[in-house]
Amino acid sequence: MFGYYLDLALRSLRRNKVLSALMMLAIALGIGASITMLTVLHNLSGNPLPQRSGVLFHPQVDPRPANLPGASKEPPDGLTYLDAVNLYQLGIAPRRAVMSANWLPTRLDAPDSPLAMRTDRATTADFFAMFDVPFVYGSAWSAQDDANHAQVVVLSKALNQKLFGGADSVGKTLVIATKTFRVVGVIGDWNPQPHFYDVDDVNDGGAFADAEQMYLPFFTWLNLPQDYGYGPMRCWGNDPNAGGHDPKAKQCTWAQFWVELDTAAQVDSYRSALKQYSEQQHQLGRFQRAPNVRLRGLLDWLDYKHVVPVTVRMQTWIAFGVLLICMINTVGLMVAKFLRKSGEIGVRRALGASGRAVFLQCLVEAGVVGVAGGLLGLPLAWIGLWMVRQQPVSFAASAHLDLSMLGAALLLALLATLGAGVWPAWRASRVAPALQVKSL
Amino acid sequence: MQILPIFAALRRHKLVMWLLILEIALTCAIVCNSMFLIAQNLQRMHMPSGIAEHELVQIQMAYIGTRPDSGARTQADLAALRQIPGVTQVALVDKLPFGSGNNSNIKLKPDQPQPSMNAGLYFGENLLPTFGVKLIAGRSFAPEEFVTLDQALQGINDNSPNDLPHVAIVTQAMAQRLWPVQNALGKTFYIGKDIPLRVVGVLARLTRPNTLQAGPAFSFVVPISENLSDGGGSYVVRSKPQDRARVLRDAVAKLKAIDPNRVVLAHRTYDEARAAFFQADQSMAGTLVGVCVVLLVVTALGIGGLASFWVAQRRKQIGIRRAIGATRGDILRYFQTENFLIVSFGIAIGMLLAFVLNAVLMKFYELPHLPLYYLPIGALALWGLGQLAVLGPALRAAAVPPVVATRSV
Repeated sequence: MFGYYLDLALRSLRRNKVLSALMMLAIALGIGASITMLTVLHNLSGNPLPQRSGVLFHPQVDPRPANLPGASKEPPDGLTYLDAVNLYQLGIAPRRAVMSANWLPTRLDAPDSPLAMRTDRATTADFFAMFDVPFVYGSAWSAQDDANHAQVVVLSKALNQKLFGGADSVGKTLVIATKTFRVVGVIGDWNPQPHFYDVDDVNDGGAFADAEQMYLPFFTWLNLPQDYGYGPMRCWGNDPNAGGHDPKAKQCTWAQFWVELDTAAQVDSYRSALKQYSEQQHQLGRFQRAPNVRLRGLLDWLDYKHVVPVTVRMQTWIAFGVLLICMINTVGLMVAKFLRKSGEIGVRRALGASGRAVFLQCLVEAGVVGVAGGLLGLPLAWIGLWMVRQQPVSFAASAHLDLSMLGAALLLALLATLGAGVWPAWRASRVAPALQVKSL
Repeated sequence: MQILPIFAALRRHKLVMWLLILEIALTCAIVCNSMFLIAQNLQRMHMPSGIAEHELVQIQMAYIGTRPDSGARTQADLAALRQIPGVTQVALVDKLPFGSGNNSNIKLKPDQPQPSMNAGLYFGENLLPTFGVKLIAGRSFAPEEFVTLDQALQGINDNSPNDLPHVAIVTQAMAQRLWPVQNALGKTFYIGKDIPLRVVGVLARLTRPNTLQAGPAFSFVVPISENLSDGGGSYVVRSKPQDRARVLRDAVAKLKAIDPNRVVLAHRTYDEARAAFFQADQSMAGTLVGVCVVLLVVTALGIGGLASFWVAQRRKQIGIRRAIGATRGDILRYFQTENFLIVSFGIAIGMLLAFVLNAVLMKFYELPHLPLYYLPIGALALWGLGQLAVLGPALRAAAVPPVVATRSV
């Protein structure tokens, strides 16, 4: 029966080519616009590290003074130096990494090599295993290197390409901020978006920043001879050192800290350890507030930080407005189209077709329009995303159509037209055969 | 032209008519609000900065670390830059309008619990003549009023007022906000840990570096001089607009010649710096223009499609009307009037929806009220669109020959 309905639908669409084309074009435009914006939203609010997001957690403690005007209830995002070191040494989590970012003057270890500023992430050994960072050459540094303040560096693939032409550079040396560093590893393509581990990344782009060009051991980095900033510092109070860029200042938070917790029991015990730590610091007089800790999972953390730009959300709503208008448009055109076939429907009904059969036949026709509109909408979405990528905003580069969005586009188009077709089809199925046949 | 027959005919197509009205209303609401958002973005992008925008180039220097000779190095750089042919003014400043930079809370009394306002803070030697900002009252800074940034930070640390600046030049907007009816010259305000600053001059306009939403024209200048050890500073070089490209090239070459090891973070004309700051606004405006075009096209397709359906359906009636004396013009006008009525109805509902949508946007996205004049503009656009979309089908209707009436289908 479906084949017959399909045949009828195609005949009917061929009969009035202009009207059919208009309907398909309207659906295509609506689908194109909404899929473009949905893809941008999907990419921006996606899971940056699907295989690891369940076990990564972001601990926060509250070292702020008791009465701070205008302070939010939420503890600060980052940690002070002291808390970062203390939590790093807590040793309950199977893996943990403390980190921050800045940029450092870097050159090859050769006399005439030019100096350039390179973005870097200072972190600890577990970073690479925790975040599933693939290595092309060499490997991560060890916890021992962290403890010894070893001068070692891991390069990104792009920087290795730039400095060493993509060759295996393990064992080569670089001069970073006047100190000599040995390359221990080169990582492969790795750039989870959103940039969850540091959503306020100091190197342009915030939550959609690119991954840094190189990785240094955190404690080595902290002892570099000069201050190139320590990531965005948030300080409170009128302490004069606040302006002095002292990373160890007790009233400034800036370090990011992540832990891996593999089981629910580990999460619970880590949470109580955080509370216990806060309690202990409170008793020591360092923390003025009662324990105020958070242990958010990766996805909760992204949610809490509202990483999706407001403009993207607004544009997505507008795109759905466009789709709604396109659907109303389609309903109108379909009502017109089906009513115009009243005569034909009357004949079919008079010859014994049930109302249900007519209804299904009309729905099949709506579905054909939907699929055609969806197929036509895909190249439009592709053009739309191409235009988004041309925009010089930080998140634009991630706007690509993937297979799941492709399927979603077709499904959306089909559902939208079927939705738009239900009512016109129902009306068509209610055509009184006698009246129509009489007027023929 | 009689309107009543049109209503009589429309009453037989209530359903399709209402769908058309709904479509036009939604289009009207979304297009009006999108146009408003676009206008807001354009307004932001064309905000005046108060400085000689087309005459400046910016060369941002990397932090060189704390060095004893950084003051001397800075002076040597400035002297070298001044010698480039065509250069009229040079300064090392820590920020420019539309970039990144600090803001200060301003108090009128030392121990006021809440600040009176928030303003952008500028400093750098020779900043005023280089920026080309207009002083409309008072005087510029005297050389002996300047302190170095190191000195000022030390002064804050040690609580020693002698190391701190004592005077400031404020913008007219800031002066009027702090002292609405009095003359600002000679008045004192307080920043940070109650550091007093006496107003010695008033500027026509100097837009703050960022946080524009807190009042774009609120900013002030203090006599603090920068050097290369303060980090992130930019050399700003002023020349005739046509010389900028050459001056920028020469300046970078000269700075590299003085010290081949230094790192220039960015070098660009001020126009480029400004465009970079407003990129997000520009792309948002572009997206919204695209959305409006799509919407208008879809709506036009809908109007045209239904009109051509109606024309085909009423072929026989049109023939009868022609046969009993209606001219082609009558038929044409019939469909045009019908379209005008439907679109007008859609616009009426659309205006209400536009205000509802605006209220929602205001709630979530901190937008101002939709100004009333958007409504007639939106209405005109939709009327025009409707007439354009219906023209083809209406002409086809007008071309129906009277002989159709005599034929049976």
